Amino acid sequence: MSMKLSTRQVDGVTIVDCSGRITLGEGSVTLRDTVRDLLSKGNKKIVLNLGEVNYIDSSGIGELVSAFTTTKNQGGELKLLNLTKKVHDLLQITKLYTVFDVKDDEAAAVKGFK
Amino acid sequence: MEQPVSYTLDSTLETVDHAEEKATRIATELGFGEDEVLQISMAVREGAVNAVLHGNQYAPDKKVILAFERTPEDLVITIRDQGKGIDLSGIPNPLAPENLLKTSGRGIFLMRSFMDVVEIRPSQTGTEVKLIKHVHGSSVGNKEGSQ
Repeated sequence: MSMKLSTRQVDGVTIVDCSGRITLGEGSVTLRDTVRDLLSKGNKKIVLNLGEVNYIDSSGIGELVSAFTTTKNQGGELKLLNLTKKVHDLLQITKLYTVFDVKDDEAAAVKGFK
Repeated sequence: MEQPVSYTLDSTLETVDHAEEKATRIATELGFGEDEVLQISMAVREGAVNAVLHGNQYAPDKKVILAFERTPEDLVITIRDQGKGIDLSGIPNPLAPENLLKTSGRGIFLMRSFMDVVEIRPSQTGTEVKLIKHVHGSSVGNKEGSQ
């Protein structure tokens, strides 16, 4: 299953609902393009909802890191929401879990922006 | 999988997906548990990514050899490319604080995290990666009566 993304706005925050696989190739490129497009349009409060992401590889991890740093470098903020166990475990073993701002409640994630 | 199997694959992104699918199928057939199947398939995917991208660099005349062998103790997976050989000393530790926010460099680390043994043998004619998963418990491999 390839990756699918859709975006919605909640109180000035862009929620990106992701589903499928974030892997080398199409999945990673789709995520990268979406985040860059959001930032170019001034949407700098971004939540990646990964609740339906069932697989991620090292390239996908790299894309999450890239999305995080790109957003931060442009004065924005990016949070991760609803990690599946597989993605949670991957972020743990790569020591990225504490680098990202990870939430498991959408309302709390939206309220958490400065 | 009663006999060792070997595949010769093109240096394409599709090969990465195919390698992962073959690993998932074979590990499942051998009776590994769901978590171990995922670990094996992810390790193979990372090995295939390295072979296609960094080893063969998508060269159409270079192939990736993927082989699976079930020994009494292990599932042994070999991934061989035809590139110039990886410089292992040049691979930074992805867990070091200064490397945490790098966007690449986690493939070998993930392979080592998911498999029991990872052997990497670079040479000027290619790199060979051997991924070994020990067979745990009595269920794995019983379909073949090989324990």
